Amino acid sequence: MSVAPRTPPAKRDWSWRSQAFRGLLYQIIAVVVIGGIAWWLATNTAENMRVRGIKSGFDFLTQPAGFDIGESLSKFDSNDPYWKAFLIGVSNTLRVAILGIILTTILGTLIGVGRFSRNGLVRGLCQAYVELFRNVPVLLQLLMWYLLFTEFLPDVTEAKRIGDIYLSKGGITFPKPIWESGHLFGVAGLIAGVIGAWFYRRWARSKFEATGKVRSMFWIPVAIVLAVGVLGWLVGGAPSQFAVPQKGEFAVEGGGALTPEFMAVLLGLVLYTAAFVAEVVRSGISSVARGQSEAAQALGLSKGQEMQQVLLPQALRVIIPPMTNQFLNLTKNSSLAVAIGYPDVVSISNTALNQTGRAVECIALIMLVYLTTSLLTSFFMNWYNAKSAIRER
Amino acid sequence: MAETIIFQSLPARPAPVNTEGLVPWVKNNLFANWQSTVTTLIVGGLLLFYIPQFFNWAVLTATTVPNADACRAEGVGACWGVITEKYRLIIFGRYPFEEQWRPLVATLLMVALLVMSCTRIFWKKWLVALWIVVLAAFFILMYGSLFGWLDVFGLSKVTTDRWGGLPLTIMLATLSIVLCFPIAICVALGRRSKLPAIRTFCTIYVELIRGVPLISVLFMASFMFPLFMPAGVTIDVLIRVLVGVTLFAAAYMAEVIRGGLQAMPKGQAEAAASLGLSYWQTQFKIILPQALAMVVPGIMNNFIGLFKDTSLVYIVSLYELTGALGLALNSDADWRPFKLEGYLFIVAIYFAFCFAMSRYSLWIEKQVNKSKLR
Amino acid sequence: MFKTGTKIVLSSLVAAGALASIPAHAGKTVDAIKARGQVVCGVNTGLAGFSQADSAGNWTGLDADVCKAVAAATLGDATKVKWVPLNAQQRFAALQSGEIDVLSRNTTFSLTRDASLGLHITTPTYYDGQGFMVTTKSKIKDAKQLKGQTVCVQSGTTTEKNLTDFSKANGLNIKPVVFEKVEAATGAYFSGRCVAYTTDASGLASVRNKEAKNPDEHVILPQLISKEPLGPMVRRGDDEWFAIVKWVVYGLLEAEEYGVTQANVDQMKSSTDPVVQRLLGSTEDTGKLLGLDKEWMARAIKAVGNYGEIFEKNVGPKSALKLPRGANNLWNKGGLMYAYPIR
Repeated sequence: MSVAPRTPPAKRDWSWRSQAFRGLLYQIIAVVVIGGIAWWLATNTAENMRVRGIKSGFDFLTQPAGFDIGESLSKFDSNDPYWKAFLIGVSNTLRVAILGIILTTILGTLIGVGRFSRNGLVRGLCQAYVELFRNVPVLLQLLMWYLLFTEFLPDVTEAKRIGDIYLSKGGITFPKPIWESGHLFGVAGLIAGVIGAWFYRRWARSKFEATGKVRSMFWIPVAIVLAVGVLGWLVGGAPSQFAVPQKGEFAVEGGGALTPEFMAVLLGLVLYTAAFVAEVVRSGISSVARGQSEAAQALGLSKGQEMQQVLLPQALRVIIPPMTNQFLNLTKNSSLAVAIGYPDVVSISNTALNQTGRAVECIALIMLVYLTTSLLTSFFMNWYNAKSAIRER
Repeated sequence: MAETIIFQSLPARPAPVNTEGLVPWVKNNLFANWQSTVTTLIVGGLLLFYIPQFFNWAVLTATTVPNADACRAEGVGACWGVITEKYRLIIFGRYPFEEQWRPLVATLLMVALLVMSCTRIFWKKWLVALWIVVLAAFFILMYGSLFGWLDVFGLSKVTTDRWGGLPLTIMLATLSIVLCFPIAICVALGRRSKLPAIRTFCTIYVELIRGVPLISVLFMASFMFPLFMPAGVTIDVLIRVLVGVTLFAAAYMAEVIRGGLQAMPKGQAEAAASLGLSYWQTQFKIILPQALAMVVPGIMNNFIGLFKDTSLVYIVSLYELTGALGLALNSDADWRPFKLEGYLFIVAIYFAFCFAMSRYSLWIEKQVNKSKLR
Repeated sequence: MFKTGTKIVLSSLVAAGALASIPAHAGKTVDAIKARGQVVCGVNTGLAGFSQADSAGNWTGLDADVCKAVAAATLGDATKVKWVPLNAQQRFAALQSGEIDVLSRNTTFSLTRDASLGLHITTPTYYDGQGFMVTTKSKIKDAKQLKGQTVCVQSGTTTEKNLTDFSKANGLNIKPVVFEKVEAATGAYFSGRCVAYTTDASGLASVRNKEAKNPDEHVILPQLISKEPLGPMVRRGDDEWFAIVKWVVYGLLEAEEYGVTQANVDQMKSSTDPVVQRLLGSTEDTGKLLGLDKEWMARAIKAVGNYGEIFEKNVGPKSALKLPRGANNLWNKGGLMYAYPIR
């Protein structure tokens, strides 16, 4: 008995048996259901707002905010509009996030590398650090640091003095250079130095590829940047006025200051995230094939050279994607600052929310800020990742 | 006669340097070269300086008497009296004092269930049934009845605003991880789907949630969720927060599962297709069981993260462990100065849970690798 | 995926049966309250003298008593209140969404709140003003000495804005340290992070007497920098319920003015004073106009006492807070409390 060969179903067969049709149907159902739910929620919200006379819209952003912000990078006046208050919040968030990312990378890498130390004590300490800090909620760590800063430092009126630096419950106050137009030359010098260093590196690299002569790719560029920067500063008349903090009747006045809120947020986030970064670095390094390390030893490289020249550059490829995640986590966790009174974007939005009652708008703004930051960070890290990928000839 | 060959034994080679035991370990790991020796001396010196001081503060001069004046006495170190005085409030929050055996039993049940679920010999079908039974028992014990039914145990009703402390922490973490699982599987499959609309929705969901901090999701659940509902429908804040945490956890979980799906060799799906299995049969009988087994460590890590993240609900005024500590100490002038000891106490609780789970995760990772090597 | 997400949401909604609070009927709040047999009242999570729960879950305080009076008038039983403790940020959302029927949570009446938050302000139950608390050690005697100082303040309150206004008007450049939670703000003040703590004067008294280790180490500066009329709020869109809450408060004031107390309310029913007769429903049925019964005010007074008694018991000079009656005295005794006549 012969079986007639089955013909495959036509691609555009409008029956339940066609995969294309089923797929289309599923998608239509999904769109309808999701769209329906979104519409239902939106109409509910609109109806609730209408019935109760709740105002909505983003027009409030141009109204004067009417509240002060404890610390901000640029001057903020309570008559400034809400959008400016939001910007101050964003800048405060970014200040913590960027500084935090830099410090976390340094600390985390040191601890991660420390887990490969030949010294047992260092290895043990690094492991203990990782286990301790990553197993305690970051919010709790922030609250603890804040408690330590506010409970155990001396009162503002009895600030501890170390040179021109004062330490108290009001935070750290330190001498700050007074901005003069002369500094502008210094900044210009630094920028020129960076450009110069970049050209130097390009030149050194092309020379290396042509002749094989090795030139320092790190110290000389750094020296160029510093030298041109200092030169610019000298040209600008070498302004060296410092605003030195003075102990007033109730507070330490003048100079630059870091509030305990800022320090607690920064320290808490850095110590917590560093534990994760250390793990990322450790697993990255241990993912490099063992032969690489043996080959490096066979060539007679020192332990430090082996790490810097052989292991880390190869581990970098494995490290970057999870590292990006950690950076994003740090940025998002900076929103916990709201618990200890640091005026980040969440804190400012909450105040705005309470003053204006625009809950939907304010929370949407918070989400927008973090989404943008997240996307920008992953964009940058993807670019860096592509750059450090193996270049096969 | 032939020449006599005299065999002369060579002197024995020296025994290889002993690498086992304490002395060689110390030599290799602490004093291998001069850099190592210097490091050992510095680090060891610091440890020898600080550890006894800490020990002195935390143990030798500490007091456990629940009396604030005893803690203020001269020369007294850590005041663990704050724990002996307040531990019930810290662990159970505002739950009625005489009824606190209920959350205790409920929590023990839940922890026992979690431990069982992590032990291989219990991985049977009836474990699912057990989960349902234990969850029901948990709610009956905590609330007094199961959503208004089964009000036969004569337990008094305790509304959710009085739940708190460790039971709330464990409940939030466990329930949200369990509830997020089905969502996460669907989203993970959806993100790999060939259907563009479904793939887009899933991708948007995952990226949107992963791009924002949990706290903004909690704010939304706490302040905005009521506005989304039709007039008159209101939902308990605990449920709202639970939904928020679940939707948040689902996005992260979906990514972990998607990792597992991506690691599956294509041949598995092709083999299933050649056997004539449908899409859903392929996914549920072939792909998912293998993919999930592969990502158990990742799931475990997610659970640890979620367990820690439950501390955030403190910011929207639910009194889980972190919040309960604030509740216990913030408005009590006598004990407020000893908040550090209180913090250390809950740090120890969190650490014990998270550390145990991370060890388990390592163990399971080894198990998974073992089966891969076979 | 939203599909499943929502499925979970919906099924947990269903499952939440017992946990979810009872649906309120928009526009028909009173019917809903009667149907469920409970008034859902939003109160402060804990402010001594205004609303505070003891370990058995019983709520006391001036704000809590207002809720009890409303429950007694509407349902005939002052214990039929479901308490929903709320923090400053949650309170308006809770009222807007119908989670609570009445918000009695030391909340300031202001134009913005009245006009844009979807709620109605009823009538003040406490006239307050914002003040500062400093340590005795700081030797600050006047709020204007706070130049350039840090001041701890809770977010989500009118306080934050008043502080800014005061600072600006007097050129003080005060640095606010804003906390999400009131415990965090007071905690930071007590630890010495801020030179001063600011909130409504009644709140300061509450914090000073209940939370300071030694109240004598803290002084509340005499200046008040703002007007803070505090009182219950209801949701917009239900005028009947709005009227009930408002008139219960007036009734409590009227009772004090005409000498009706918790102890003598039953005897007073036979009073010959027509005002008292109307108030207690022994002649005219005022309750009917509000959709209640005749005895509505008599029950409320019997449950919690008249306004004067509520004040004395919770915040007055003999209570722990030791607040003077001041502006909260009756209009004919030099205060601002002036009830519209019940007739």
